[in-house]
Amino acid sequence: MSGAFSVVGERLPRVDAMDQTMGKTQYVDDMTLPGMLVGRHLTSIHAHARILSIDTSRAEALVGVHAVITGADLPITYGILPISQDEHALAVGRVRYVGEPVAAVAAINPEIAEQALALIDVSYEPLDEVVTLEQALETDHPMLHGDGLGQNVHRSAALEFGDVEEGFARADYVREDVFFFGGNTHAALETHVALASYSQTGKLTLWSSTQVPHYVHRTLEKVLELPAGRIRVIATAIGGGFGGKTDPFSHELTAAKLSMVTGRPVKINLSREEVFYAHRGRHPVLMWVKTGFENNGQITSMHFKTFLDGGAYSSYGVASLYYTGALQTTTYRIPNYRFEGLRVFTNKPPCGPKRGHGTPQPRFGLECHLDKAAADLGLDPVTIRQVNAVEPFSTTVNHLRITSCALVECIDKVVEASDFTVKRGRLPSGRGVGLAVGAYMSGAGLPIYFNDMPQSEVQIKIDRGGGVTVYSMATDIGQGSTTMLATVVAEALGLEPRDINMVIADTDLTPVDLGSYSSRVTFMAGNAAVTAGAKIRSRVVQAVADELGVDPAQVVTKGGRVGVSGDLDRCVTWAEAVRLAIAATGPLVESGGYTAPKLAGTFRGAGVGISPAYSYSACVVEVDCAADTGLVKVERVWLAHDIGRALNPLLTEGQVEGGVYMGLGEALYEEHTFRGGLHRGPSLLDYKIPTALDMPPVETFLVESDDPEGPLGAKEVGQGPLLPVIPAVANAIHDALGVRIDEVPITPQKIVAALRNVSRGRPGRIGPETIPDFEFSRLTRVEPPEGFVTP
Amino acid sequence: MADHILDFDVNGENRRLLVTDQRTLLEVLREDLVLTGTKHGCDVGECGACTVLVDDRPVLSCLVIARQVEGSSVRTVEGLAIDGAPDLLQEAFAELGAAQCGYCTPGMLLSARALLDDNPEPTTDEIREGLAGNLCRCTGYIKIFEAVELAASRDHDR
Ligand code: FES
Ligand code: FES
Repeated sequence: MSGAFSVVGERLPRVDAMDQTMGKTQYVDDMTLPGMLVGRHLTSIHAHARILSIDTSRAEALVGVHAVITGADLPITYGILPISQDEHALAVGRVRYVGEPVAAVAAINPEIAEQALALIDVSYEPLDEVVTLEQALETDHPMLHGDGLGQNVHRSAALEFGDVEEGFARADYVREDVFFFGGNTHAALETHVALASYSQTGKLTLWSSTQVPHYVHRTLEKVLELPAGRIRVIATAIGGGFGGKTDPFSHELTAAKLSMVTGRPVKINLSREEVFYAHRGRHPVLMWVKTGFENNGQITSMHFKTFLDGGAYSSYGVASLYYTGALQTTTYRIPNYRFEGLRVFTNKPPCGPKRGHGTPQPRFGLECHLDKAAADLGLDPVTIRQVNAVEPFSTTVNHLRITSCALVECIDKVVEASDFTVKRGRLPSGRGVGLAVGAYMSGAGLPIYFNDMPQSEVQIKIDRGGGVTVYSMATDIGQGSTTMLATVVAEALGLEPRDINMVIADTDLTPVDLGSYSSRVTFMAGNAAVTAGAKIRSRVVQAVADELGVDPAQVVTKGGRVGVSGDLDRCVTWAEAVRLAIAATGPLVESGGYTAPKLAGTFRGAGVGISPAYSYSACVVEVDCAADTGLVKVERVWLAHDIGRALNPLLTEGQVEGGVYMGLGEALYEEHTFRGGLHRGPSLLDYKIPTALDMPPVETFLVESDDPEGPLGAKEVGQGPLLPVIPAVANAIHDALGVRIDEVPITPQKIVAALRNVSRGRPGRIGPETIPDFEFSRLTRVEPPEGFVTP
Repeated sequence: MADHILDFDVNGENRRLLVTDQRTLLEVLREDLVLTGTKHGCDVGECGACTVLVDDRPVLSCLVIARQVEGSSVRTVEGLAIDGAPDLLQEAFAELGAAQCGYCTPGMLLSARALLDDNPEPTTDEIREGLAGNLCRCTGYIKIFEAVELAASRDHDR
């Protein structure tokens, strides 16, 4: 099949690769505008306090300071989700975490800006701090949002599909486990930067390292009360995102406001420490799972509970909550399923979406739980997964539509390549192998705010000289979306990706794409580009067919020429073909849009988890652990990913390797932890991300299941491959040492403690024992979808 | 804060400018000389994004007080190409997908250049060692190692 393509499937570099390596790529902080001022935030030193007063007069009087603003200047609330607009750009009345922005200054240089911050007098009245899940569920602490004392439950969910009790009743074996997944953060190498310029004509331009220019645009419109048409948001090159630049952020709003107040451009570059506070990273999740199995390993019923520590604000929290319960069913046929979950507010930086958004935590729990169950049932880890694997073109009990699915093939690939079956249980002590799988969405099925418009639009404009320019608001955060778009358009037109001019992520110039999150860009923007490319192609082909006097079906576009298939002499150059088409039918400008099929059920929470397609991954990790120190060395990772189609295998592999890397960091090292409300180490020295010395070899297998709705059959790869890595590490450590660390990250201390338990005759397990006794109310019972086949 | 005249070479060109005591080499390069190819991810010596070569040795420019490079010659990513021809590393990084977001790339390239100048045929472990101070959050380093190996082998072949 790949023989049918010319550039798709080739290992081509990113279209901007040479700019990157020559140091020419422009990130926001590389920009300077005439008269530009430096903006800085004053941030809260309290985790929870009332703001009694803010006196900015001394700061304003400092020579070189052009403006000082506080919450009073930006009183309108916002938030990424329409249902939870609970943030202020600068705190109003109250601060809820250490590091929360309280005031902002614009000055002629960083030194004066810093001096000005020191001259702002804020008087606080400290409040009782709520920092743990347990405290948040107690009733005698102040509510973070609202007045008085009470529980700090942000949102809870309780859904049942099928009949869980009946499923447990017919099980041969039932098992319960408790797990904890610690919080961690994105730590993109580029910190967040925004540059705003407000012109005398009343037009605001904001350059920002954002994954979501469209949502930032809407937020600026709301908070600044400017008409959308007078705001231009440009996402420049972005130095990594991973979900960390997917919310509208304070500094984007304060830079804009400071520019409006001063009439001069203002740039705000968050310090590394501030990025740790801006956070929006992985939620710490405590979870409990109970599953019923038949003797052959088939799941009869599952009950999953999650408790998310959300930090101080909502962010994506409602979605994050539902995501912790939504995708368990996409890998395994679970005939009866109950999900209960809650998210609490605590006085810590807000959590949000990080690569895998809400799904790596339950995936960790589920995959470890399955290995334990398999052991009790006398089954091996491969069999229990094969027995339960979801079938292609099926529906899950919680109403998710599965299309292409090569889960079993992915398992087979990594099991075979790694010699898993031979190695497991047979390697020398200290060495072990672990297996796990995962699945992820190729884009959230619904936009963040309700509307019926396309989720992605792409335009193509052809110059009379043959130049092709593609316009899209999709942001390239390093995942290669710009190259992906150039590739599918080049494929349609018979050109090379590097021939295509790309104009991206500019709200004035490019049509809407919702942004780089939920692994949606290849599927959605890619499909829109395929549509637009096909329209251009058919007009050009028709014009050439007319010119050559042949049937359009005989005309092909290839190698920069348009001509008769199989008759190389009868052709015109691409540039000539374009002129023929413009002469025949007018301006050669076309657009394409993508709207996901309507897949959502009607129950509350049904909008989360639906996607036009799911990617599948399977992973084997081999580890070498030192029993005395607890140090884990990852020897090798095998990862197979069902990508649908690899539009560019080089970049796709890069996404897999990056996902494995990030998964290993989460599994073994990274921890966003607090002492009270104080971050334990908001720096790249204390927050340990893997270095070049820590990264093992990775063998990647790309499995092409050719998704019927994907652009040329493609699905996502940016997030899915991370999911199985973390539980595969935990399962490998169990194989190596016989201990279970049911808590991420799996630090040397925990391993040593587990081994010490064993030597004292206690179970070799480290992890939470219990979950809070919380009464989930309002269980919504949902019938399985029509045609759902009970395994 | 006293001002000093700083006289040094950057990418083969002599530069003379006035700097304060505390100005870092990173600030001089990015802000005074607008050589924005050099990146910064922490400003306190923890990420490696600001790596440049001072007299052919890799340094973290955010930790170097500008006055310390008086009389030295500094090379940044903008000066890696020779007579307009990209360095073998720049080509290999581009070809093999060693840059995703590209933010670590300039610093990584300069550390790699220093490594190859010192040790033209490094083993993978030596490459890991040589790049251990440069964090990359995107690639998992694998394609970076491959690119350094490719550049080394091409250098050997010519
Ligand atoms: S900027 Fe991070 S080490 Fe210099
Ligand atoms: S390519 Fe993004 S940090 Fe290395």
